[in-house]
Amino acid sequence: MRFARLFLALLGLALAMLAPPAARAADLDAAFARIATENFNEIEAAIGDLAATGNDKAATALQAMTDGALVYAPATKGVFIKKADGSFLDARTGVAPAEAPFATKPVRVNNRIRRALEAALGSLTLLAPDPAKRLAAAEAVFKSRDVAALPALDVALAKESDAKVKRVMTQARAAAILAKPDATDAEKVAAIDVVAERGDQDALSLFANLRANGAPIVKMAAETAAGAIERRLAVLSSVQNVWYGLSLGSVLLLAAIGLAITFGVMGIINMAHGEMVMLGAYTTFVVQELLRTRFPGLFDWSLAIALPLAFLVSGAVGVLLERSVIRFLYGRPLETLLATWGVSLILQQAVRSAFGANNREVGAPSFMAGSFDFMGLQITYGRLWIVVFCAAVFAALLFVLKATSFGLKMRAVTQNRRMAACMGIRTPWVDSLTFGLGSGIAGIAGVALSQIDNVSPNLGQSYIVDSFMVVVFGGVGNLWGTLVAALSLGIANKFLEPFAGAVLGKILLLVFIILFIQKRPRGLFALKGRAVEA
Amino acid sequence: MSLRLKSFVAAAAVAAGVSLLSAAAQAQQTIKVGILHSLSGTMAISETTLKDVMLMLIEEQNKKGGVLGKKLEPVVVDPASNWPLFAEKAKELLLKDKVAATFGCWTSVSRKSVLPVFEENNGILFYPVQYEGEESSKNIFYTGAAPNQQAIPAVDYLMENEKVQRWVLAGTDYVYPRTTNKILEAYLKAKGVKAEDIMINYTPFGHSDWQTIVSDIKKFGSAGKKTAVVSTINGDANVPFYKELGNQGIKATDIPVVAFSVGEEELAGIDTKPLVGHLAAWNYFQSVDNPDNKAFIEKWKTFTKNPKRVTNDPMEAHVIGFNMWVKAVEKAGTTDPSAVIDALIGVSVPNLSGGYSTMMPNHHITKPVLIGEVKGDGQFNIVSQTPGLVVGDEWSDYLEGSKDLISDWRAPLSCGNFNVKTGKCGGKSVN
Repeated sequence: MRFARLFLALLGLALAMLAPPAARAADLDAAFARIATENFNEIEAAIGDLAATGNDKAATALQAMTDGALVYAPATKGVFIKKADGSFLDARTGVAPAEAPFATKPVRVNNRIRRALEAALGSLTLLAPDPAKRLAAAEAVFKSRDVAALPALDVALAKESDAKVKRVMTQARAAAILAKPDATDAEKVAAIDVVAERGDQDALSLFANLRANGAPIVKMAAETAAGAIERRLAVLSSVQNVWYGLSLGSVLLLAAIGLAITFGVMGIINMAHGEMVMLGAYTTFVVQELLRTRFPGLFDWSLAIALPLAFLVSGAVGVLLERSVIRFLYGRPLETLLATWGVSLILQQAVRSAFGANNREVGAPSFMAGSFDFMGLQITYGRLWIVVFCAAVFAALLFVLKATSFGLKMRAVTQNRRMAACMGIRTPWVDSLTFGLGSGIAGIAGVALSQIDNVSPNLGQSYIVDSFMVVVFGGVGNLWGTLVAALSLGIANKFLEPFAGAVLGKILLLVFIILFIQKRPRGLFALKGRAVEA
Repeated sequence: MSLRLKSFVAAAAVAAGVSLLSAAAQAQQTIKVGILHSLSGTMAISETTLKDVMLMLIEEQNKKGGVLGKKLEPVVVDPASNWPLFAEKAKELLLKDKVAATFGCWTSVSRKSVLPVFEENNGILFYPVQYEGEESSKNIFYTGAAPNQQAIPAVDYLMENEKVQRWVLAGTDYVYPRTTNKILEAYLKAKGVKAEDIMINYTPFGHSDWQTIVSDIKKFGSAGKKTAVVSTINGDANVPFYKELGNQGIKATDIPVVAFSVGEEELAGIDTKPLVGHLAAWNYFQSVDNPDNKAFIEKWKTFTKNPKRVTNDPMEAHVIGFNMWVKAVEKAGTTDPSAVIDALIGVSVPNLSGGYSTMMPNHHITKPVLIGEVKGDGQFNIVSQTPGLVVGDEWSDYLEGSKDLISDWRAPLSCGNFNVKTGKCGGKSVN
């Protein structure tokens, strides 16, 4: 009798252990126990175990691990999720532990673990309610080519309603099949067709192995698909070069456009032009620091707030420079060059003393971060905005010059100073305001450049030579010339770079400009008429 | 001469005499230490910190009573990132100030520029930055990493742990990246990597438009084999490079970048969240967890009065170099350069990564090699550390022409480029 009872109890226990929920709990516990270690191999294996349970607790824990919030207590091997407010949740049960764990350490992560995490989360979140999350999961599975994710993918595909997510899931499934050792040739050929739809580098890299050592029929399909993608990418790469060139050109234009006024229109060789750009960038830094500490909510507006301030700061320094130094040196270009160069060194060292020699961090507002895909072309938002911004600055400057009374006076003074003075224009006043305008625009350029370059005291130096190059090439005194010169130099540079390399490309461009100036000393669009002789 | 004028002249003479005397007395009591780091110009961004750390070390040593019973007196000069000026300032330190030792230089070209000055005037220079090797001088002590203490362990790590098969060697166009990449290329080929799996790319100083190169790297990396970038990109060009990587969506899990010139100081100017997982190889990280390092970081923050200041590898090299020099001077009982140069070989001092660094006969030191991954807060997560210390190898074993050379500055041999095959010393110093 007693034996029978014992036997029954044992049977019941065995049944309970066989029952799926209990078995899963045991797996989950084992996997969590395994993750509480310093050893990367163990951690990686534990992630695989967690993913295999398919449990939503595992998904939560893995997500926390991606965010660096999964911790463990080495003494008890307990695994916890650390919340932002410092409290803990037991990763196994999802409830707060009775007493806070002692001396926890974050679970160690390196690139290999991060890759394993992405793949695991991908297969675990394929059924998430949020379509964006499902899309990310499908992309992750596509990248990991995880054969183990195939069953989960099939389930998810059957339920999926969103067309875009469904397409990526189909591609992910095809990628996994291509990686599956025992897939039939027919399956593989079908998968190749699906993946080929992507038409991008990722697809190409999937075919690389098949082209080398697949079965003949698979090999042929991969070759054809890869050939089509390669042709498409070749066309795309010239479009991409034009875009990169435009974006480099607009950076050059932004840096040079202020100089087109001070050097081009007024004829002042202003070596401190780069430092005006630098001052603009530092203004952005100061504005961001203030916003960060006082009004964090306004951070996305920081560039818009910095723009007028940068214009005012650089413009004011420009007016001061003109009134205190340059006006005594009109008509003596060599001395102007030396004096402004000295000023540029003073400004650099002043900024270095005030802000330190290190680079300062200028953040990107959220609308400028990241990139998007345009017909297979990766376009980064930051660059796009700079192109747009550059066009706006150029248009605004043209408007000031052509359609305002200040612009009229400015043109009058540069064309015939004495006649303009006879008409009652206060030429010294116009001079300093014009110089201020040129410097202010350099400051605005600094706001934009702070987004793509270092904000350091040397920022300006790297642009001064390029700026002079653009203005001289485009033709002194002509804004449209500056525009054409900047864009053509930018695009030429980007087409040269893949063949000649960045160093030789730059040299070739310089040689070209030197030869060009020999032939046409006044640049692309030379001014004609009496103003030139004056 | 009126009485008043006379007494004035006499007073002036006395005053001048007194000040001369006191200067002479002071000169006897202090030992001058030269600090040759750029405080202005492009390199100020990196070198100013090293000047500060030297001032801190000297102040600390003086609190302990100085060296040989004398106080140390720092002599700071500013070579302004201008290479010929480095030689001039070095001459000034050695001839006018008669410094006992000099700590300085960052770029290789500045070191090459001062090398003849130190050899001619028998000075001592401690050079704290990782460099390309292929040099050995009687008067220079290299406390930074040689290529085998940084570049090669980093490549090994990527091969073993990330299973990398395709390599992009990207660098700024000057001597350090060119030589390091030459060594790495030879090393990779010796490991069986094919020529078509190596892409080498050079960019000018301060390169800021990385769009084309980053997209080329992306293309190169999608050939179906795991790809990594080994970056010897220098200084300011790094920030736009990493920004472009982030913008084009290249994550460390896809194509990791291991850098030899990016440390805590350089990361302080970037938002590091998109860079998490990219790697750096150094002999020291601020995140090294041991009591010595914690104490050092604390001292540094108090000295600079800035709780946010970071520490980095070249700073640790100066700490090691300075402690070695102090120990050697005490061992020699004099600051005479010839005696100190001899005494320095074999001196061992604790480094901050845990363990002892020793000055070897080739004027390079033993160091551990650490690999770190960038964290979101601008610090490094140490993912690998060599089990023992690595001896700096000045003449690379992977380059034709230098693999047969050794350097040993001890008495009977006393040669910087001894050819073990021909059994001849190639000359005083071959660069």
